[in-house]
Amino acid sequence: MKVLADETQIATLMDRLAKEFGAEVEASDAPWAIVGIRSRGDVLAQRLARRVKVEYSGNVDIALYRDDLSEVGPQPIVRTTEIDFPIDGVNILLVDDVLMTGRSVRAAIQSLIDFGRPRKIKLMVLVDRGGRELPIAPDYVGQRVNTEPDQLVEVRITPTDPDDEIVMFKRPRKAEGRP
Amino acid sequence: MTAAASKYVWSHKHLLGLEHLTAEDIRFILQTARGFEGVSTRSVKKVPALRGKVVVNLFFEPSTRTKSSFYLAASRLSADTLDFSASGSSLSKGETVVDTARNIEAMGVDVIVVRHKQSGVPQLLAESVACSVVNAGDGAHEHPTQALLDMYTMGQRLNRPDFDFSGLNVAIVGDIAHSRVARSNIHGLQKLGANVLLVGPPTLVPRTFEALGCEVHHDLDAVLSRIDVANMLRVQFERITSQAFPSVREYATVFGLSAPRLAKMKKDVLVMHPGPINRGLEIESAVADGPNSAILQQVANGLAVRMAVLFLVHGAQYMNAEGENDE
Repeated sequence: MKVLADETQIATLMDRLAKEFGAEVEASDAPWAIVGIRSRGDVLAQRLARRVKVEYSGNVDIALYRDDLSEVGPQPIVRTTEIDFPIDGVNILLVDDVLMTGRSVRAAIQSLIDFGRPRKIKLMVLVDRGGRELPIAPDYVGQRVNTEPDQLVEVRITPTDPDDEIVMFKRPRKAEGRP
Repeated sequence: MTAAASKYVWSHKHLLGLEHLTAEDIRFILQTARGFEGVSTRSVKKVPALRGKVVVNLFFEPSTRTKSSFYLAASRLSADTLDFSASGSSLSKGETVVDTARNIEAMGVDVIVVRHKQSGVPQLLAESVACSVVNAGDGAHEHPTQALLDMYTMGQRLNRPDFDFSGLNVAIVGDIAHSRVARSNIHGLQKLGANVLLVGPPTLVPRTFEALGCEVHHDLDAVLSRIDVANMLRVQFERITSQAFPSVREYATVFGLSAPRLAKMKKDVLVMHPGPINRGLEIESAVADGPNSAILQQVANGLAVRMAVLFLVHGAQYMNAEGENDE
């Protein structure tokens, strides 16, 4: 297992992302919402929302929007989606931990659009590990890493996990992937 | 997914009753339902989870609300739905239930939702077809989704988000002997830790129910002050063949939930009813429409619970040996 970033380095990444995103919020006159993708993106979104003051915040759970529901294993765990604000005309920043195929982001976008018509949707990820299967590009990236398909990149973040770290390891034979 | 959450895997292809589920299974359905609750309040009241799948309502008994609720639940999951009612079908031409189900399945169906006046029909179908079977009520046996929505409502109203009902006294009042809702509730509530009190006249609440671990009472007034949840069952005139009680008026006087009775109960007692209500018989209008009542909330929650059930039983069909779930 290789540690790509520890707690201090993650803090530095988040500092930079908050600064960059803060500048965009400052320069825009439409309201913004920070929306995290469960189940790590929501924690990152909360941290960001403490730094950059925006009008709204929320979470999306993409379990019901996955395009591989009957392809793999048992149904994913369904968590709540919390979009408690009128979404029409709002700028939305989607936040996720790791970007790979882009399928989670596609599902999150579809979920958001079912709530209304946002003015625009932007994407922030802590790690972009490549391997896209859909034409999806992030607007804010904490760290880019080159990976092989049999490697896993995991963002661990408190309080969901015991420590803050980004790790890379070889996919175990019986992988326990995250939805 | 956290380690704790990933340990449990839902593995039931059918939902035939609550008797053979574990407390963990039941809590998992209820927690999954929470994720579906918000779908009904969006501008697009649909999620694509069962897109391209077919859900059939196979009802051999009249039903309005359960059938509508399943229909709407399937629609909100983006499944196609088909209604198959017994009247006017080939059943009246002598076809057996199993043949009917096999014929429907041959059309490429993924889930059959079945109601039948005979206990055990869902079980029989589950053994005869390859698709998933959900019991929407069989005879006086089980009506699992009704009990699940009752428990979901209790968790919500009594602020027990983990669906641990220990220490709660739940009274089921009325015609227990003929009630599949009561049986499913007894199994489910006991698994989640509640103490179940069955209340009604001896003809409708025989002592034999004590064998299931319930308290049996024939005097509602004697237990009023202990009750945390009162589930008032409908008097099912259509199922009572013998003279089970002297008169409707006497039943209302002795076992009806009236305003004076409510006044003697705990202040925050939860009043539930599976519907349809016989107003003035098992429950007085002022109580049914009052602040303690959760009756309409039960109907709304039924939708979320049935969405969760359809979603889970369908997914269990596709479990592979490893249970692998890639990114």
